[in-house]
Amino acid sequence: MLNKTGVPEKSLILSRFPDNVNLGKPKAITECYEPIPCNPCETSCPFDAITVGKDINTPPKVDFDQCTGCGICVYSCPGLAIIVAQIKEDQAFFKIAYEFSPLPEVGETVHAINREGNILGTARIEKVTLRKKQDKTALIDVSTSKDFLHEFVTIRRMS
Amino acid sequence: MQHVDLLIIGGGPSGLSAAKMAAESGVKSLVIERNSKIGGQLVKQTHMFFGSEKQYAKTRGINIAEILIQDCMEHKDMISFMTETTVVGLYPDYVVTVMDRNHQYSKIKAKTILIATGASEKVLAFENNDLPGIYGAGAVQTLMNVHGVLPGQDVVMVGSGNIGLIVSYQLMQAGVNVKRVIEASSVIGGYKVHASKLKRLGVDIQTQTTIKRANGKEAVSSIIVQRLDDDWTFVPGTEEEISVDAVCVSVGLSPLSNLLSMMGCEMKYVSALGGHVPVIDQSHETSVDNIFVAGDVCGVEEASSAIVEGYYVGLIIGNKLGKPHPHYEHLIQDFSQQLDNLRSGPFGEKTRTGLKELRGDQHA
Repeated sequence: MLNKTGVPEKSLILSRFPDNVNLGKPKAITECYEPIPCNPCETSCPFDAITVGKDINTPPKVDFDQCTGCGICVYSCPGLAIIVAQIKEDQAFFKIAYEFSPLPEVGETVHAINREGNILGTARIEKVTLRKKQDKTALIDVSTSKDFLHEFVTIRRMS
Repeated sequence: MQHVDLLIIGGGPSGLSAAKMAAESGVKSLVIERNSKIGGQLVKQTHMFFGSEKQYAKTRGINIAEILIQDCMEHKDMISFMTETTVVGLYPDYVVTVMDRNHQYSKIKAKTILIATGASEKVLAFENNDLPGIYGAGAVQTLMNVHGVLPGQDVVMVGSGNIGLIVSYQLMQAGVNVKRVIEASSVIGGYKVHASKLKRLGVDIQTQTTIKRANGKEAVSSIIVQRLDDDWTFVPGTEEEISVDAVCVSVGLSPLSNLLSMMGCEMKYVSALGGHVPVIDQSHETSVDNIFVAGDVCGVEEASSAIVEGYYVGLIIGNKLGKPHPHYEHLIQDFSQQLDNLRSGPFGEKTRTGLKELRGDQHA
């Protein structure tokens, strides 16, 4: 399916999530399933939590014990293929990369979008970060229903 | 007549990186660039690059161009540029005729020549493919990212290779509605991360589908797309009309190798490398002594490989002219390893097969 539509199979997506128990703290979910020559996730991680290895075609592996969910890999990934996920009570919190202008505002209600590009429900913008070192890729903290944990991937502004 | 040690034709990623390495080796070069801006295709690539740090991964193409240009500027006394200048003749006595921006012709005699002309976009044959509004993906990137002009409001992208997927994303960023990406093959051609990025924006990628015809009087107003079966033949009754005001065609690149043929370099058609390429060995020297090649002109790949190839060939040329780089052995090994690394995955298979075919026969 990924090869034909760009939508990864559910089993692939789940393979990159740690057990739900671990998600009390934010963790990086790498959605890079294909061997492509690329390793900025590994070299940008200040906690050595992501390994690609000597052959840069190897898909990344996250050490969830080391990962702090800081989000540096999220805006460093050229494929925009990393999100950070966390569960707090009945809410799921995400950090996503966002490269559209204008940026959403904190407190704004937006559509929660799944990997097929469809609307799941609503989400709330919690924080918008765009520092110089992020080189124009904004990092957006967003909260949505816990039910969307494995489905949510991005936001779309309501207009 | 101007005399130079190294004449570099093409101021793109491989030409610039070769100039830098040659300069570090002590070889002066003159870079001839057809466009007004140096940097080649990098100047319109607003996306972050793949690869590793050594190839400037996670840096945007436009900024990589700046880095490469800056590197050359640090060797001001060693590297000079002629922009808006086209090479119109290349002769066996290593005399190159160029036409500058004022349409003045002049001759340059070079000891060595590096041909780094890159590649050009392939065209796709379909009815009315010459209607205004039908663009190559490169033209769309130039219009949009260099000149700030939108190609249209409702676009269909033909081709799902990395360029097709990336330009579709850039069109969406610019506020253009990408109605669909169609792909004749049964699978998406480019990196799946690019495909996923588009899909979550709501852009459908439709495989086994091709463009059959464009409609419109003054400009394109709609297109007819049709499904293909596993034998690449049209499936009857699957024609569909999509209204558009622009079509973007991105069906691959072929090496711009005409100058090499002009010089009498031995050429070979290698489909996996994109078309007619010069027969070369590891040194990147063609069958004509002191004529070298680097980048897409000797096999279409990603820009990251073109940069590394430029560094690699710049070193070799320095050595050939009797001025080996102070760290020659180390650097040659490093760049060669980087190239192997970039080409080692499934996406490098085409290049690996192509190079085997090219080099294998030469030794046969």
